[in-house]
Amino acid sequence: MAEIEKVDYWRWTESNWKNPDIPDWHGSLITAGVDIGSTSTQAVILVDGVPYAYSNMRTGSNSPDSAIGAINWAMKDTGLTLEDITYTIGTGYGRVNVPFSNKTVTEITCHAKGANYIYGPTVRTILDMGGQDCKAIHCDEKGTVTSFMMNDKCAAGTGRGMEVIANLLAVRVEEIGEMSFKVDEEPAPVSSTCVIFAKSEATKLMRAGWTKEKVLAAYCHAMALRVVRLLERNGMELDFAITGGIAKNVGVTRRIEKIMGVTALSPKMDTQIAGALVAALLAKEFVEKKKAKG
Amino acid sequence: MITAGIDCGSQNTKGAVMKDGKVIATALLPTEFDADLAAQRVYEKALSEAGIKKDDVDRLIITGIGRDIVKWGDGDINEVGAAAKGARFAFPDTDTVIDMGADSCRVIRLNEDGTILKYEVNDKCASGAGTFIEAMARALQITTEEMGDYSLRHTKELATNAQCVVFAESEVISLIHAKESREDIAYGVHMGIANRVASMIRRVGLTDKFTMIGGPAFNKGLVSCMSKVFGREIRVPENNQYLSAIGAAIYGTEN
Repeated sequence: MAEIEKVDYWRWTESNWKNPDIPDWHGSLITAGVDIGSTSTQAVILVDGVPYAYSNMRTGSNSPDSAIGAINWAMKDTGLTLEDITYTIGTGYGRVNVPFSNKTVTEITCHAKGANYIYGPTVRTILDMGGQDCKAIHCDEKGTVTSFMMNDKCAAGTGRGMEVIANLLAVRVEEIGEMSFKVDEEPAPVSSTCVIFAKSEATKLMRAGWTKEKVLAAYCHAMALRVVRLLERNGMELDFAITGGIAKNVGVTRRIEKIMGVTALSPKMDTQIAGALVAALLAKEFVEKKKAKG
Repeated sequence: MITAGIDCGSQNTKGAVMKDGKVIATALLPTEFDADLAAQRVYEKALSEAGIKKDDVDRLIITGIGRDIVKWGDGDINEVGAAAKGARFAFPDTDTVIDMGADSCRVIRLNEDGTILKYEVNDKCASGAGTFIEAMARALQITTEEMGDYSLRHTKELATNAQCVVFAESEVISLIHAKESREDIAYGVHMGIANRVASMIRRVGLTDKFTMIGGPAFNKGLVSCMSKVFGREIRVPENNQYLSAIGAAIYGTEN
């Protein structure tokens, strides 16, 4: 009997990275940040404030295990152990579940500070599109949050909603963005808000002879419109940056740019690790402040 | 006088035939992708059950999502009107109707004479409807029909937070991993829905004589949670799935 390969199309690729330019960490200040999101968990390790290693994994059903799993994977082949890390800050919705953390900071603070660190003091608006929520953040030139709005009630406009559609259409979630532009003209957005209803709507469109590309275009278009409403309510001021997992989906980001008539700053790093990176930077700042005070 | 009603729902299509104020036949089939075809088949099934021909029917009234699709009826009535008439047929003193379907939930407040005072419809989101219960049953790896009994056997007051079906699935899975029992989780799911319906009830005003119709009304666990939240008895007619079709057939006798 022929084996049917079961593919989980929503499963985005987990990754880890180690900085080849830092051969030895001994004697340096090691700090870490762990960002436990609803869907993904990241751990970032800094050596004297410079990114040294990171990991990006899916959050399991047990947040403390996810935190340990992520830090261990980041430390893999580095020779580091938890004892070598001077200070760790936890962030994200599961921040209280990082067993080895010394302090927690909200992810909203992290994303504002993170954008300020990564892109400089001109960033005013940050859109953080995560697995189960979407946040519009406005900050000042120091990276301090001045206002924010979020949608965390409904999967419409979140990564999880995108995963559901990826599974339905049997398209890898990473490929959705590019595929959604392979249409002759932009179709009308899917009209259902609820992901469950949007799924039924997508099925009907497929039956009516739409291509997968066209359905994806309609879905990305709808998601972009929903996010734009959130951004408009919170206020859009340039410069504008997008972080989180959906920032990797050009099908959504380019449509947001087009609808709002703005261009987002191009990402300088993996957009999913922004929260954990800043947590690690704040950890370094904290240790230095403590030292200065004596 | 013989009249018939067809209620095209998002999941099932229901038909009812009435003669001189009594229901003489009912039929139900899944709607699937062709609402018109489902309506035709349900109508034929109901007519053969009643042992009559199409020509014997004085008026056929359509309700539900098929109102815009099925063009061969003698008239149509909206879902709210049909549900109100059907609930009053089952319990003539009904003053609040909860009509829960697969995709939508309606709360209808009625006057003493059965006219509609106010209503609330939730059709943007699957969180207060049958689809939500089905998805949670899947996550719990039990059947939708078993949800009620599991819930009635609960031993503690477990609360669930997620409103969105997609998030609630993850929440249920986390609760299973946290070693919560299926019974308690089923209860938590039903309490969540009951609280969402309660906020709709508050908007139309809380009364005493509740009647619940639609498929999810078969779920005794859900009904028990709703009674608990409202502090009222929720009456469920035996033929609750057919009452909107019956309401449509009654409308046929009036016009």
